[in-house]
Amino acid sequence: MTFALDTAAPNAEAPPANALTVEGLTTSIRIAGRWFDAVRDVSFTVGPRETLALVGESGCGKSLTALSIMGLLPAAVGRVSAGRIVVDGVDMTAADEPAREAMRGDRIGMIFQEPMTSLNPVLPIGFQIAESLIQHRGLSKRDARKRVVELMELVRIPAAEERLDAYPHQFSGGMRQRVMIAMALACSPRVLIADEPTTALDVTIQAQVLALLADLQKQVGLAVLLITHNLGVVASVADRVMVMYGGDVVESAPMRSFFKAPTHPYSEALLNAMPRVDRATALAPIPGQVPTLPDMPAGCRFQSRCPLRVDKCAERPPLVPMASDPAHAVRCWVRAGA
Amino acid sequence: MLRFVAKRLALAVPTLWAVLTLVFVLVRIVPGDPTIVILGDQASPAARAALRERLGLDQPLWSQYWDFMVQILHGDLGRSLVTNRPIITDVGAVLPFTIELTVAALVIGVVIGVPLGVMAARRRDGFADWFARIFSLAGLSFPAFVSGILLLICFAVQLRWFPVISTANASDPMERLRALVLPAFNLGLIMVAYVTRVTRSGMLKALGEDYIRTARAKGLPQRIVVWRHALRNVLIPIVTVIGLYLGVLIGNAVVTEIVFNRPGLGKLIVTALNQRDYALLQGLMVVSAFAIVVANILTDLTYGLVDPRVKTA
Ligand SMILES: Nc1ncnc2c1ncn2[C@@H]1O[C@H](COP(=O)(O)OP(=O)(O)O)[C@@H](O)[C@H]1O
Ligand SMILES: [Mg+2]
Repeated sequence: MTFALDTAAPNAEAPPANALTVEGLTTSIRIAGRWFDAVRDVSFTVGPRETLALVGESGCGKSLTALSIMGLLPAAVGRVSAGRIVVDGVDMTAADEPAREAMRGDRIGMIFQEPMTSLNPVLPIGFQIAESLIQHRGLSKRDARKRVVELMELVRIPAAEERLDAYPHQFSGGMRQRVMIAMALACSPRVLIADEPTTALDVTIQAQVLALLADLQKQVGLAVLLITHNLGVVASVADRVMVMYGGDVVESAPMRSFFKAPTHPYSEALLNAMPRVDRATALAPIPGQVPTLPDMPAGCRFQSRCPLRVDKCAERPPLVPMASDPAHAVRCWVRAGA
Repeated sequence: MLRFVAKRLALAVPTLWAVLTLVFVLVRIVPGDPTIVILGDQASPAARAALRERLGLDQPLWSQYWDFMVQILHGDLGRSLVTNRPIITDVGAVLPFTIELTVAALVIGVVIGVPLGVMAARRRDGFADWFARIFSLAGLSFPAFVSGILLLICFAVQLRWFPVISTANASDPMERLRALVLPAFNLGLIMVAYVTRVTRSGMLKALGEDYIRTARAKGLPQRIVVWRHALRNVLIPIVTVIGLYLGVLIGNAVVTEIVFNRPGLGKLIVTALNQRDYALLQGLMVVSAFAIVVANILTDLTYGLVDPRVKTA
């Protein structure tokens, strides 16, 4: 389980130890005819059985990072403008569209935030789960159905066999998210991206779905990139944490050392804004909001909301490992090297 | 599904009753004494009284209404005032031609309109999109009799591909089909226009939905994403539009039949109007009302097929 910083250069010849490697990913979005970098120079790796949590407020570029990896950016307004994405040893950025299609749903799966709208309302859910098996594994419809029942049982959908031909509107939000998970895992991918999989669900259902994900991860050895803005979720399931702000990775650390010593002022602010049982003091919501892309300040993007701001912040700080813990890196002029 | 069908059929009964009542009232509030209209103003009072009695117009209104309803329930539309033949026989003889024409137009509308709309939405502002937009605008702005005459001049008179004088009665099925092509296209053009429009806008919306992203995340090829995941959802508005314009289609079928001199309800209506055969007219109105109610039922049943939320709700 190695942790690659900006500088890490994996060996292309060696068998892939990492299920997912992202190097220098920059994703641009077109707004009113101009292109803006919404994700800047993001690098990380996720190994088998590992969960990397990507956290930050909404509008920080988390979903765009995920969609870039999947090759699902909205074609007219988004593009990967730099970087390399390697999934299970296959360079997705160099691949053509048919090759990427062959990877999606087979070696890398994704589940989305909105279970209510992410399933096709006019197709039976059993068929929707079976589709990737038919597409990637060449299974007949009949064989696929058998496997779908197993998958539905795996994600603990009760009465799976009877519900094969049911439609999404006959399922609750939590059950639909289980269907999404079954769908993403149908072909036993090596990587799963979960973009806020529980945000739209009730608290009790959230816990069930997260426990299910963690369980399945252990069983099948998945590498999980978990996107969330809920630090409670991070604390319970993540191995490592990566904090994003305005498209930049501002802090990256093993889970324990992140919660023990959050270093970037934005990470501190996120933690202070989080309700906790072990703390009686009032919540301190972060003042202001993430600037829109055209309004991003040059240099450090957090400077407009940062209590520690100095003149140097007009220049973009690098992401550097801390002297005390080389696995813990931070992008801040003030806090770096501390 | 069976319960859904039964429910829908039960709902059709009051609709049909209301429409029949409307026909009854319409025929009777038309200004002018029908006996004068039929016999001319030179007719003797005795002749007029005899006709009144034959038509049952001497009875009180409620009893006329009762007789009218009972007759229709028995499948009897009365007799023509001119030929004295049962109206149901005359209608039955030409109805297949009108049905054949309407169904052919419907098929043309769907078979051309759906792919055109899909291609237009896939390449927004591309060639297919411009073609679809111009084509559907043209289809909607030509009245059926103008486009019919243009088609006749172009393909029947000039190119001689199709007969000018309808041979729809021919016993040779190929000849019958050949006679169907131009009128069906004339009628289908409007349907193509409507279907293209609704398919295009529905596809543009559907392709931006979350479930399309899910389908792509599964690694399905674009072809399947478009034709299975997006189009299946657009079938719902397509069926709605077809259902809404079926009435217009049946109306245009009448015009088309007249322009192309085809046998059918249209020609029968013209005959009835020319001969002031008011019993025949009333019968034709009842048949048209029936046709539209049946078309609506079929539309609703199709909903049950394309939208799972309808039949399981
Ligand atoms: N389709 C899009 N069109 C325009 N701007 C977009 C689009 N998608 C994302 N953005 C912008 O990119 C930034 C990052 O968005 P996103 O990755 O969705 O954030 P997150 O998932 O962290 O909430 C935001 O400023 C957002 O407004
Ligand atoms: Mg998001």
